[in-house]
Amino acid sequence: MLPALPKTQLLAQCRKMLLIRHFEERLIGLHWEGRFRGHYHVYIGQEATGVPAISLLQPDDLLFSTHRNHGHILARGGDPGRLLAEILGRRDGYNGGKGGSFHTSPRELGFLQCSGVVGGILPLGAGAAYAAKSRGTGQIAVCLFGDGALEEGAVPEAFNLASLWKLPVLFLCENNGKYGAGNAVGAAQSATMAAYPLTDLPAAYKIPVQQVDGVDAGAVHDALSESIDAIRAGGGPRFIETQTVRWPGSATNWPVVKAPTTVELARDVSQVPEDVRGWYRDSDPVLRFMRELVESGQVDTDELGVLNQSVVEQIAAAVDFAFDSPYPELAEAETDVFAENR
Amino acid sequence: MRQLAYHEAKLEALRELMEEDDRVHLIGGTFFSLSPHRLKFAAIEESYPDRVAAPPISELGFCGLATGAAMAGLRPVVDLTTGSFLFEAWPQVCNEAANVLYMSGGQVRAPVVFHMLHGLRGGGAAQHSASPQAMLWNCPGLEIVLPSSPRDVKGLLKSAVASDNPTVFIDHSGLFDIEGPVPEADHIPLGQADVKRHGADVTVIGTSFTVQRALAVAETLASEGISVEVVDPRTLVPFDLDTVMASVEKTGRVVVVDETHQSCGVAAEIAARIVESGFDKLKGPIRRVSTLDVPVPYSQPLEAHIGPSEERITRAVRESLE
Repeated sequence: MLPALPKTQLLAQCRKMLLIRHFEERLIGLHWEGRFRGHYHVYIGQEATGVPAISLLQPDDLLFSTHRNHGHILARGGDPGRLLAEILGRRDGYNGGKGGSFHTSPRELGFLQCSGVVGGILPLGAGAAYAAKSRGTGQIAVCLFGDGALEEGAVPEAFNLASLWKLPVLFLCENNGKYGAGNAVGAAQSATMAAYPLTDLPAAYKIPVQQVDGVDAGAVHDALSESIDAIRAGGGPRFIETQTVRWPGSATNWPVVKAPTTVELARDVSQVPEDVRGWYRDSDPVLRFMRELVESGQVDTDELGVLNQSVVEQIAAAVDFAFDSPYPELAEAETDVFAENR
Repeated sequence: MRQLAYHEAKLEALRELMEEDDRVHLIGGTFFSLSPHRLKFAAIEESYPDRVAAPPISELGFCGLATGAAMAGLRPVVDLTTGSFLFEAWPQVCNEAANVLYMSGGQVRAPVVFHMLHGLRGGGAAQHSASPQAMLWNCPGLEIVLPSSPRDVKGLLKSAVASDNPTVFIDHSGLFDIEGPVPEADHIPLGQADVKRHGADVTVIGTSFTVQRALAVAETLASEGISVEVVDPRTLVPFDLDTVMASVEKTGRVVVVDETHQSCGVAAEIAARIVESGFDKLKGPIRRVSTLDVPVPYSQPLEAHIGPSEERITRAVRESLE
C-alpha cells in the first residue's frame, strides 16, 4: 500500500526512489566501464525503507549510516553529483574525496558518521541520542544498518545503554536478506544468527520492536511514524526491522544490473531474464510503488514517464558534474587529521 | 606557590571542568581506579548527578557512546580505568573517533577524552598493566597526553577537554601521592614539553611516571657530579621536538625512558625522531630503557625486573657517558 499522504508527497517519494535506483544502476555501469576504483555497496531493493523512513525525520535529527549509505543520503535530499564525486574521490565530493563510497557523510544533511565497520554506528547513535537528551534539543538519533550488524558485539552493548538510559534513538535494521544472507552465500539467516528472528536481540534488552515489510512503503511509513513519535515523546529507543528480499544483482561481490529500471517494467516484467524475474515482479519496491500509484488513479503512466525521464537527466548531469570535478590537491592528504583548536 | 598532592590537583581539574562547562559529562569510573582517592570522586558525582554516568561494563559501548555524544555537541570524558581495557574499546576509539574528522573531510569533530591509568601498578599482571600509548601513537587522529606532575595533570586535563580532537589521557597510579606546586590559574597547552630538571651532561627523556624515576636518578647522580637534564614531552601528540632537540644539542647524550614495551615503543619513536633531525649532535648511541618485551608478570620481583627501574635508568646514564 501507499503511505497515506497527499499526491505531491507521494510523487516526491517516488522521485527519490527512482533517483536512488538510477543512481545505483549508473554507478554499477561506471564500475564495469572501469571508471572508478574501490568497492561499493548499492541500495537497490531497499528504497521503500529509506525514503519513507527518512521523510519522517526533522531537519535537525542526527543520522548514522553504513557502507550502504547512498540511498540514505539521496533520500535525505542529497545531491547525486556531490555523492558521486565523493565515490570518485573528487574535490567536490561531500567529504572532499577523503571518505569515498563507504564513508560519504554530509554533515549539512545531519549525517554524523557513515561507518564501514559493521555495527560500529550503534554506540555512536546512542551517544548522539545521549547528547540530544541531556541538552534537551528534541532531536532524535537514527541508526540505519543491515542485518549483519546484529552479529557484532558493539550492537548489544549499544542496545543495553540505550535501553537503560532511555535514549531517543531509532534503530532501523534493514534486513535485506530475508531469504538468505551471512557470509555463506545462500544460507538462511538463522545460520549466522542464533537470536532469530532478529528482533529477539533488542527485545531481550526491553526495547520495543517491530517487523515490517520493507517492500511496502505504506507499512514502513506507518510503523516509522508511530515509533518516531514515541521516541520523540521520551519513550526511549525503538527497533524496527524492515524485511526486504535481496536484489539478485547483488548475488556476487560486484553487482550486475540484469534489468535496468523503467516505468514499463512496473506494468510488465516479461522482458526480465527468467532467473531474476520473480524479484522484479514481487519484491522490487520501486516498481511496486509506481504500480500502486497508477492503480490508485492518482497518477497515470505518462506522468510517471515524465518523472522518470527527469531523474534520468538529473543523473546524467550528476555524472558529468562528478567527472568534471578535479582530484583534491595532494596537500589535502595531510589536512583534517586534527582540528585546529587543540 | 601553593603545593598540592597530585590527586588533589586532578580532582580540582575535574571539579572546575564540571563547573565551567555543562557540556562536560563524566562517563565510566572514578578516575582513580582502585586507589583510596576514588572515594573523593563521590562528591563530584553528588554535585552533578545528571552529568556523571556509571555505565554497564561495556567499554566498546560507552566509548562509542561518548564519541557519538561528542559529535553531537557534548564534551564527554570517559574513564576506562586501566589502559588494558582500552583493547575492549579499540574499534570505537581507533576506527571511529580517530577517523571521523578526516573521513568527513573536516565536517565532524569528536571532542571526547578517553582517560585511563597505564603501566606497572603493582600486581596488575598481564591484563591490567598495559601502556597502550605506543599503539595509539600509530593511529593518526588521536592526541595523546601523559601527565607526570600535580601541575601538569590539572593543566593538561583541562586542555584535553578544551581540545576539539579526540584525546587519550593516560595517567599513572604511581603519581597520585606526589606533591608539587600548582598555580591557581594555569594553562598548559598540548604540545609543549617541559624541562623538569636542568643539566648539562645527559638528557633523560621520560614520560608519565618514568619522569619521576628519572628525577630521582638525576638527584642521586648529581652527588657524583653527573648533571642530568630531564625532559618531559608531556604530550606525544602533538610532540614538541624543538624542546627535546634543544636539550640534545646541549648534552649530546640521550637516554629515553618509558613504560611501553621496547619494540615499536614510545622510546623507539622518540629516538628515531632525534636521530633523524640531529644525528650530528649525538656523541654516542641513544639508549632506551623500556619495559621488556614480555607480558607483565604478577610476582613482585619479576614485575620490578621487567620495568624501567631506577637501577636500569642509572646504568643507561652511566653507559651513555662512557
